[in-house]
Formats: sequence, C-alpha cells, structure tokens
Amino acid sequence: MAYSSKSPWVIHYNGSSCNGCDIEVLATLCPGFDGERFGIINTGNPKHADIFLVTGSVNEQNIDVVRQIYDQMVEPKVVVACGICACSGGIFHDCYNVIGGVDQAIPVDVYAPGCAVRPETLIDAIVQGIAVLDEKAEKIKAKRKGLA
Amino acid sequence: MIAFGFIAAILGTLGFAILAPIIGCLLAGLDRVISARMQGRVGPPLLQPFYDVRKLFEKERVTVNGVQDAYVICALIFAIIAGGIFFSGGNLLMCVFVITLSSLFFIIAAYSSRSPYAEIGAARETIQVMAYEPMVLLFAVAFYMATGLILQPYISSMLPAGSFDVASVFLLDKPVIVYIWPAFLGLMFILTIKLRKSPFDLSLSHHAHQEIVRGMTTEMSGSTLGFVEILHWYENVLFLGWVGLFFVWGGPITLILGVVAALAAYFLEILIDNNFARVKWQFMLKSSWAVALILGGINIAVLAFL
Repeated sequence: MAYSSKSPWVIHYNGSSCNGCDIEVLATLCPGFDGERFGIINTGNPKHADIFLVTGSVNEQNIDVVRQIYDQMVEPKVVVACGICACSGGIFHDCYNVIGGVDQAIPVDVYAPGCAVRPETLIDAIVQGIAVLDEKAEKIKAKRKGLA
Repeated sequence: MIAFGFIAAILGTLGFAILAPIIGCLLAGLDRVISARMQGRVGPPLLQPFYDVRKLFEKERVTVNGVQDAYVICALIFAIIAGGIFFSGGNLLMCVFVITLSSLFFIIAAYSSRSPYAEIGAARETIQVMAYEPMVLLFAVAFYMATGLILQPYISSMLPAGSFDVASVFLLDKPVIVYIWPAFLGLMFILTIKLRKSPFDLSLSHHAHQEIVRGMTTEMSGSTLGFVEILHWYENVLFLGWVGLFFVWGGPITLILGVVAALAAYFLEILIDNNFARVKWQFMLKSSWAVALILGGINIAVLAFL
C-alpha cells in the first residue's frame, strides 16, 4: 500500500503560458474548487512537491528551468501538463522560439488539455496523477526491499 | 524523593513521547479544517497531517548532508525531554531551557544546508528566538513568585520564596493566573511566534504563498521533513500545556479547565493566523520585547512588593 495518494503536494511552474491556465491552477486551490479537500497543497519548493504542474509551452529560455525543477523533485514524482500549450505547444506550436509541449523537456505522466484548462479537468488530472504516483511509490518500495 | 522524581520524569517523558504526537496531529488537523472553514472552504480530512507525514517517510531519501538529519533528530529528542519535564510536574525553568536548546538545534539544522533560502529562514528564526525568549523567562520567574505568594501562609518554611516545579500547582488554593494575568497576556502574545502563526511566522510559514521558497525547511525533504512536522506537534502540545498551567490548582479536576483554556488559546491563534499578514522582523522584535518588559516586567515588580 502506497501512501502518496492522500497527500499530493503540488508545485506550479509557468513556462510561457498566457496566464490563463495559471489562474485556473490557482482557482483549483481557492474556495470555489478547494483542492485541499483531497490534500492538495501548493508548495513553493520542488523538494517538498509530489506533482509538478506545468502551464505553457517549453522554449529555449525556460527549458533548463523546467528540467532543473524536475531534477530537484524527490522520487516518487509526477508531471502534469496543464493546458493545451503544455501538452503540445497549442496555438504557439509553430512559433520560431517554441520547442513544443513539456514532454520535449521532461517525461510527462498526465496531459490535461484545455484553453484555458478547467479546474475540474485539473482536479481529474491530479487524481490520475495520484494513481501514477502510487504506482511509482510501490516500485521504489519493491526496489528498496530487493536491495535490503 | 530524588529517585521518585527521576522515575516520574522518565514515565512523564515516555508518556509525552507517545501521546503528544497523537494529540498534536489531531490539533494540526483541526487547525487546517478550522482555517479552511474560516476561508469558506471545506478543507482536508481531520487526519490530513498524519497522511502528509506518512507520505513523507515514503519519499526517496535525499539530503544535502548527513549532519542535517542528526540536528533535526536532536531537536526532536530535546523537545520530547522538555515536554517530559513539564508534564511529569518537573522544573518549569529547565523545561524552558531544554525547549530552547531544541530550537537551537533546529536553527543549526537549517544553517547546515548552506542554502541561501534556508539561511534566511534560520537567521529569521534566530530573531524569533530573541523576540520570544525574554517573555518566556519572565513567565517562568512570574510563575515562581506567584506560587511563593500563594503557598506562603502554609508551607513557607519548606519553600523559601516559591517553586519552579510544575507539580506545585496542585498544592495551591487558587490558580496562578490570579497573580500573574499580565504575564499570561504576555505569553499569549509570544505564543503566536512559538506556534509559527501569522503575523509572526517569519522563519517558516505553513502557507506557501507568503514564504521565500520554504524558509528553514527549504533543503529538508522526505523523512527529515516528516520529523520536522512531528517536532511541531510535540512543541504545540508543550506550549499549550504552558497556557493550561495558569488555570490549574488544587485537585486534578481543574485540569479540565486547563485543557479548555489551552484549546481556547489554540482557537484564538488560528483566528489570528487567518486574519493577519506577516509583519517585518523589526516590528516583531520591538513589540514582543515591549510586551515582555511592560507586562512581564511590571508583573514581576508588583509581585516583588506584595
């Protein structure tokens, strides 16, 4: 039994989004949708976070930042691409400076499309992310037992 | 007598070590539910802090250096000893010193990571200790003088001027708050700092939106952070015990009043936490020293002439 599912702490990073998805991410945590019902807390620190919410596409300027945050997060960890820009680049996909979705920089576990992504979609995506999180936690546990 | 005191301290420490995390965890959960209701949200389940810590112990072990874990464990051990001293009826002054030692270990743990963000948190925590420590010491002195005053007609030959022993409250015929209510108000003021509540949560806020990365715990993750959370549970129970101490006298039945007072104080702290934004450290230091000097100082001066 993995214990991650009841306490998903998230960190939010805005790649190059228009801020529409950012507002929706924050709305998810505000009274209207109250993500804390499921234990979701917004941490400002990658070392404390379990779920990485990225909004906006990846470009030459922010690709290192996205990788840096991902590397600092402690296993088990899950990445959720929030909004269509984070999934595939969206309407900006053929801009000269846009590389593409977040999966061009780091492995993405859950894609949450939308322009802007709805808080309901986000909560669904996080809940799906929790399942992946538990799976990864189980694997780590098995590995630890195998080594011991 | 000494052997009895020693055994009581051991049993008290064991009892505190086992029971305080349970109570502290429930209090922390209650805090989050009540905070959410105050903000018009439903909030997490009552056991959310337990779920959080359980998860933290499951995370991969990464730490910037091994010594940080050792410092955090030391902080935890001394918090348990301080609580054991207090709840076994031991010396209040010793309890105050040991819990300060615990705070110092936590500060060193934050400094040991060499992270600029953790260092800002540690520097601010040092200022917080400076801010609340005078009032805490004056509280212990005021308690000593009040017990002396109340006990005087009865057993003054045995106790020359008073007693630092927490257990001595059971010998009193009225609670110490009768004589040291100004010191109680002063303690309530710095309790906000000790419980890490807004407006005085400078070094380590529980709310990400007003923190520089994560204050003192920036470089702490996984089980280390789990231990820090448990440390807070121990501390909270101990500090609320201090609040309850003012209202206990005579028989054990008055303990109920102490518990009610402690819970009321905790609710008040949650209310304050949700209604104030963080202040600058200058204001915290000046105001808490002013409170310590005026409420604590005058209280002790008056008691000295009674």
